Amino acid sequence: MLIDYLVLTVQYLVFPLAIPVLLLMGIPVAVWIERRGAAFIQDRVGPNRITLFGLRNAGILQPFADALKLLVKEDFLPARADRFLYYLAPAFSLAPALLTFMVIPFADVLEVGKYKIPMQVADLNVGILFIFAIASLGVFGVVFGGWAPNSKYSLLGGLRSSAQMISYEVAMGLSVIGILLVFESVRLNDIVRLQGDLLFGFLPRWGIIVQPLGFLLFFVAALAETNRIPFDLPEAEAEIVAGYHLEYSSFKFSMYFMAEYVNMLVASGLVTSLFLGGWQIPWLPTATLAAFVGPALAAILQATSFVVKLWFVMWLMVWIRWTLPRFRYDQLMGLGWRVMLPLALMNICITSIVPFILGIYGK
Amino acid sequence: MAKPISQALLDKFSGSVEALPAFREEEAFVVARDRLLEVCRFLASFPGCEFRLLEDICGVDYPGREKRFEAVYHLSSLEGEKRIRLKVLLDESDPGVPSVIGIWKGADWFEREAFDQYGIRFEGHPNLRRILNHEEFVGHPLRKDYPIKKRQTLSSPANFGWEQAAPPVPAKDAER
Amino acid sequence: MLEQTDRKEWMVLNIGPAHPTMHGTLRIMVKLDGETILEALPEIGYLHRGFEKGAEHLTYQQVIPLTDRLNYCSAMMNNVGYCRAVEKLLGIEVPRRSQYIRVIVSELSRIIDHLVCIGANLVDLGALTPFWYCFRDREYVYELLEALCGARLTTSYTRIGGLANDLPAGWVERCRKVMRKNIPQGIDEVETLLTRNRIFIDRAQGVGAVSAADALNYGFTGPCLRASGVAFDLRKADPYYDYDKFDFEIPIGKNGDTYDRYLVRMEEMRQSLRILEQALDGLPEGPVNVEDKRITLPEKEKVYTKFGALVQHIKLVVDGIVPPAGEVYSATEAANGVLGFYIVSDGTKNPYRIKVRPPCFAIYQALPKLAQGNLIPDLIAIIGSLNIIAGELDR
Repeated sequence: MLIDYLVLTVQYLVFPLAIPVLLLMGIPVAVWIERRGAAFIQDRVGPNRITLFGLRNAGILQPFADALKLLVKEDFLPARADRFLYYLAPAFSLAPALLTFMVIPFADVLEVGKYKIPMQVADLNVGILFIFAIASLGVFGVVFGGWAPNSKYSLLGGLRSSAQMISYEVAMGLSVIGILLVFESVRLNDIVRLQGDLLFGFLPRWGIIVQPLGFLLFFVAALAETNRIPFDLPEAEAEIVAGYHLEYSSFKFSMYFMAEYVNMLVASGLVTSLFLGGWQIPWLPTATLAAFVGPALAAILQATSFVVKLWFVMWLMVWIRWTLPRFRYDQLMGLGWRVMLPLALMNICITSIVPFILGIYGK
Repeated sequence: MAKPISQALLDKFSGSVEALPAFREEEAFVVARDRLLEVCRFLASFPGCEFRLLEDICGVDYPGREKRFEAVYHLSSLEGEKRIRLKVLLDESDPGVPSVIGIWKGADWFEREAFDQYGIRFEGHPNLRRILNHEEFVGHPLRKDYPIKKRQTLSSPANFGWEQAAPPVPAKDAER
Repeated sequence: MLEQTDRKEWMVLNIGPAHPTMHGTLRIMVKLDGETILEALPEIGYLHRGFEKGAEHLTYQQVIPLTDRLNYCSAMMNNVGYCRAVEKLLGIEVPRRSQYIRVIVSELSRIIDHLVCIGANLVDLGALTPFWYCFRDREYVYELLEALCGARLTTSYTRIGGLANDLPAGWVERCRKVMRKNIPQGIDEVETLLTRNRIFIDRAQGVGAVSAADALNYGFTGPCLRASGVAFDLRKADPYYDYDKFDFEIPIGKNGDTYDRYLVRMEEMRQSLRILEQALDGLPEGPVNVEDKRITLPEKEKVYTKFGALVQHIKLVVDGIVPPAGEVYSATEAANGVLGFYIVSDGTKNPYRIKVRPPCFAIYQALPKLAQGNLIPDLIAIIGSLNIIAGELDR
């Protein structure tokens, strides 16, 4: 009885609190990777001055110093700004980002005795649909942020960003349909579990192998959704001086800042789950692993695998940011509608037709 | 060499163009104001050595002279060895000179600067406004009688009539 | 599509003078229809420090540090240009060693100026990494310049009649090492990242194209003119300081757009390296200052030991150089184009009039025409590629 309550507490109280907190704790790590990674690419050192107890720790505390600095800044309201929307906008950016991560599994369902604890906050049976639905709400954060401060630069940034995000959502959604066709499920945990199968006896059936074009399209669309270079026109510093979060300061700005990194983490989590095998350790399905090391340790190992893959995708995003220039607005929209959309549709066609031709359906 | 050009110039515009003694092998001519445009057009399309590059237009102030201001034009052709200097002497009471912007579009800002710093008016210039000093500036700073230590501050930035100044902030926002 | 011509709503956006595009204090007001620019109005003068007025109250030598601050990205070239003009006024010629050293520092300055232009231009386009590679190379050259004259940015190295001091020992080897290894490597890295990058080509090709006739008419000179297809370089057309003996080429562009300007600058850097190589090889021995009592300061030992030298020193410092009355116009090929100095002397120790012909003054006046019809990101890319240095523009 007590164990029942314990399991329920873990599932419905601990996870919903711990996962977002862990996600937010991932932000300093992401910022650290961004800044030190950027410095590494640019042939310089990066922040390394923050010392705690005499140890520099390679600047890992820099993000905390940044957060502290942002917190103690002056929090102002621009003249003639729309007060309600001004206060609401950053929340509208951060909340959907945190919510979307709730359905991404970081380990297989933990089976301890007769209890099955899903290793995600909510094991929805509409998995991916939920993600896309909630992620679309993130556009509002940008739209409000562009409109509310009554500034032309913010307005331009908000316009660009909302158009960009809406356009690339289409491509993102369509590129995932291929995966849905292959794995025949919308639940994320099922998709990840099915990626443990072996193709031709030795190749793990990861999404990137069965849907390479889908991976490419999804990754590019994810970059566009998270406003990263080469798609960071909405916050292009040189042109519109930081765009939609220009007139924000102190904690509201840090909410936008956090929202960007959480979005990146979510996008990386999605890419990992859909295309890189999620929490799967190649050639070691859950049953084998649990038999070796026990279910709890297996869950931890799988979570580690998930985390490693997630940070690899994050590193890819950082790497791309510091290598490529950014697109111009019309080129960006042209790319989204005239290149990625047809490619995504073509991907769906190929994914539908090829197995039919090869007679794989009905297995 | 520049000899045939200067010869042709003096021949064609005798009376309005006067050659100055060559100093350090540079050719300079004083041109009458009313024939400046013709001289410039002539030089800009001189066969064999078109002075297509307008390098500089500036003003110089000689307060002791009868004609106080000089508008100095430096033209050069692409075979850069050919460089020519034209001067127009201007009276203080009537410092006007026709604008050569019709021949070289590059005269635009150089003439604005000469106007700004000296007060030389270039007739026919579409946009003769101050360029380096702010638009509330009074006087022409590079004239010799303008004191170097004088300061004039700008009270509000220019909008060029493109939009009105922002309306005053309403009281309820101001009390933050 | 909505008819754009009938719509009367436009938005005015004020870009600058405080703006992250890192091109100094420039202000542009743009009339926007959505993001398309209907009209652009640049306003300059935010960095106007009264160089010309101030120079009239100083001696000829005292003007040299002021010339540093003209095009502060390549300060040596301003020094060389000014001193060359005053030397023309005086009717003297500096010794050959001094000429070669001036060529060497000019070409080094040209390289660093192009590095700044390209780096800043690319940052505006979003390519944040090549900026750091460019500035890393700039650091190498800074170390050389610092060894030479003590300052990295505002060098004040030339003097009328020669140079402040001769090259320190070992400088030539250090310069060779930087030239042969560091800078070509840096240029190659930037080239690899950008020149055939599809995103960069989309952003830069066709943007801000200037025809050759227009460019010449506006008074463009330098890389912007050469990118439009006009083969005009003062180093070849009107050579000075033995430039006609060096073997180098002038890169010419085709369309005069941002991409061509970028390519012209990259190639010019490589050609500058060639010139540097030849200049370092052919560096003659000899004095670096003209042997003229009225122009060159005497050596320090003599000043502290001999009375005549002390008097000469005092007279030169207090009174300065007194050139004959007359006027000269002398132009050099600076990094941005033709940098001209028009100096009028009335025979006293202060210049009567110094007019600087800044290359970017003529270039920037074409901005309204270049910007019209483009989008804001294009405008930013264009300004970056024109290399507008506010110090030179406003004086």
